[in-house]
Amino acid sequence: MPDQTFLDTTELVLNMGPQHPSTHGVLRVILKLDGEKILGTDCVIGYLHRGVEKIAENRTYAQFNPYVDRMDYVAAISNGLGYCLAVEKLLNVEVPPRAQAVRVILTELNRIASHLIWLGTHALDIGAITPVFYCFREREEALKIFEQYCGARLTTHAFRIGGLQYETYEGFERDVKDFCKMFLPKVDEYEELLTNNRIWVGRLQNVGILSADECKEYGVTGPMLRAAGVKWDLRKAQPYSGYEKYDFEIPTRQNGDTYDRYIVRMQEMRQAVRIMEQAVEGLPEGPIMGKVGKVIKPPVGEAYVSIEAPKGELGYYIVSDGSTQPYRVRVRPPSFINLQALDRMVRGGLVADIVAVIGTIDIVLGEVDR
Amino acid sequence: MADEQKPGGSQAPGPGDGPGAKPPATPPAEAASPKPGAPPKPAAAPPKPPAPPKPPATMVATPWDSDLSRELKERFGDKISATSAYLGQNFIVAAPDAVVSILEHLKLEDDFDYLVDITAVDWPKRPERFDLIYIVYSFPRNERVRIKTFVREGYQPQTAVGVHLTANWLEREVFDMFGIEFAGHPDLRRILMPDEWQGHPLRKDYGILQQDQRWVRENLEIESGQ
Repeated sequence: MPDQTFLDTTELVLNMGPQHPSTHGVLRVILKLDGEKILGTDCVIGYLHRGVEKIAENRTYAQFNPYVDRMDYVAAISNGLGYCLAVEKLLNVEVPPRAQAVRVILTELNRIASHLIWLGTHALDIGAITPVFYCFREREEALKIFEQYCGARLTTHAFRIGGLQYETYEGFERDVKDFCKMFLPKVDEYEELLTNNRIWVGRLQNVGILSADECKEYGVTGPMLRAAGVKWDLRKAQPYSGYEKYDFEIPTRQNGDTYDRYIVRMQEMRQAVRIMEQAVEGLPEGPIMGKVGKVIKPPVGEAYVSIEAPKGELGYYIVSDGSTQPYRVRVRPPSFINLQALDRMVRGGLVADIVAVIGTIDIVLGEVDR
Repeated sequence: MADEQKPGGSQAPGPGDGPGAKPPATPPAEAASPKPGAPPKPAAAPPKPPAPPKPPATMVATPWDSDLSRELKERFGDKISATSAYLGQNFIVAAPDAVVSILEHLKLEDDFDYLVDITAVDWPKRPERFDLIYIVYSFPRNERVRIKTFVREGYQPQTAVGVHLTANWLEREVFDMFGIEFAGHPDLRRILMPDEWQGHPLRKDYGILQQDQRWVRENLEIESGQ
C-alpha cells in the first residue's frame, strides 16, 4: 500500500470472479486497485478441485486413463499422451511406430484445437467478436476427426497404455490431409483480422511483460517462455513419441509481452500443420499396440515423464508399489504454474489489462484445480 | 552407496540410510514377510494385496556417477546419502536440512535454473513418513535431476521460495494436500481446498470418501457431498 494514492483515497479492493466471463472458468482474482492501477492481486483457485491425484490411487492404471482427459479438457489428447508415456516408461514398453505416428497426428490436431479456443476467447475478451466464430468453425473440423476416430469430441480417451485402442478409420489420412490443406489459409485469415489491427495491437503490445529470466524464475513454460526469447520446446529438447523424425521450427519472439505470445501461438499452429503433414505422409503400417499385459502392473519404481502440451510442460510423476494401482500420481500442470506469474505480469498495469493477461496465459481451470 | 537399496528390501527402511530408493508398498511392512517368495497373500491382512512374488520389492536403482554427482557429493558430503538412477532418470537422496542449499548450489553453479515441481509421497508406516521430491531442470544442459528427501511427521523443511519463486504455490499445494509445513514460507495457506477445511486429502489415511462433514454442512448446507 503506497503512502499516496493517485486520487488521494484509500486502496480499493475489487473482486473479479469466480463467475466472470473473462476468467475462462471459475477463477477468482482479488484485485487491489489505486484508481485504474493494479497494486496487487491474489488468486483464489480450487473451485474445480476434484481430487484427481487421489482418485488415481484408487483406480488401476488403465482405469485412471480417462480421468486425465478431464484436467485440461480442451487438450484432452495431450493429457492422455503424457499419462500413457509415463506408464509406458514404468513398464518399459516400446510403442509401435504406427501408433506413435497416429499419436503425433492427433496430439498436434489437439494443439490446434486448443490454440483455437484460446484465440477465439482471447479475442472476445479484448472485444473482437468475429474471430471466435471463425475459430470454432475450424475447431469443429478437428473435433469431427476425433469423433470419427474414437467416438468422443472433447474428452477423447484416444490412447491406451502401450499404443492405441482403435485402428484409424477408413479415410482418416484423407481427412487429416484435407484439414491441413484447409487450415493454413484460415490462419492467414485470422491474422488478417488481428495482427495489424490497431485496437488489437494497442491492447496487447507491452502488456503483461514477462522476461526470460522471470519466466524461468516462475517455472513458466510453453508459448509464454518462447515469446520471451527462449528457444525451448520439449518436443525438440527431449523428443518423445517420435518427434525427432519430424522437421519443424520452434517459433520464438523477443519481447515477452501479450502480443508476442499471440504471434508465437499463431506460428505454432502453422508448425503443427507441418508436423501433421509429415506424419500422415509417411504413416507406417503395422501393429498399433505394444507388448502390454492384460493386467498392467509396473515394477516397483518411479518415473517423471513430461511432454510439451499446448500450454507448457505437462509432467506426470508416478510412483509404483508393484501393484495394479499407482501408489501416487502427481500431475505437473502447466496452467497452475503459469497462473502463478499473473501477479508479476499485471502489477502496476491498468485494470483493463488483467483480462488480456488472463487470456494470454491460456489457463484451463480444470487443470489448475485438478 | 546406492547399492544398499536393493538388499535392504526387508521392509520399511530404518531412519537415516535405508530409503535410498523407494521402500516397498506399505502393506508388507509386517516384519513377517520380508522376502515375499511364496506367501501370496495370507500373512498380510491389509486390503491391498501384498507385493507380488516375482519382481523385487524395492526400486532397483543403479548408482549414478557423473561429474555432477561427484561434484555434489564432494560439496555436500554426507548430506547426500545416494546418487542413483532409475529408468535413466537421475536422482539424489539428501538430508532434509540440505535440500535448499543443494537447490541453490545447483542453480548458481550448475545452471539448474528451472524448478519443475515439488511434490510429496506419503508412506504412513515409515518413521520418516513423507518423501519430498524436488525436480529441477537445466536449460543449458538439457538435464533433469530429482532431489529426494525424507521427512517425518511434524518436521518443517525450509522453504525454497528464496531460491525459486515457483516454489511458492507448489509448497502451498504440498502443505494443503499433505500437511507438511514449510518453515519461512511467505504465505503458507491452503490453495486448492477451502481455508477452513480439516485434514489433508492426499495422506494415505484420508479415505477417498472422507470429507470435512462440518465444513460441508456449514457451507453447502447439505448433509454430505457424497
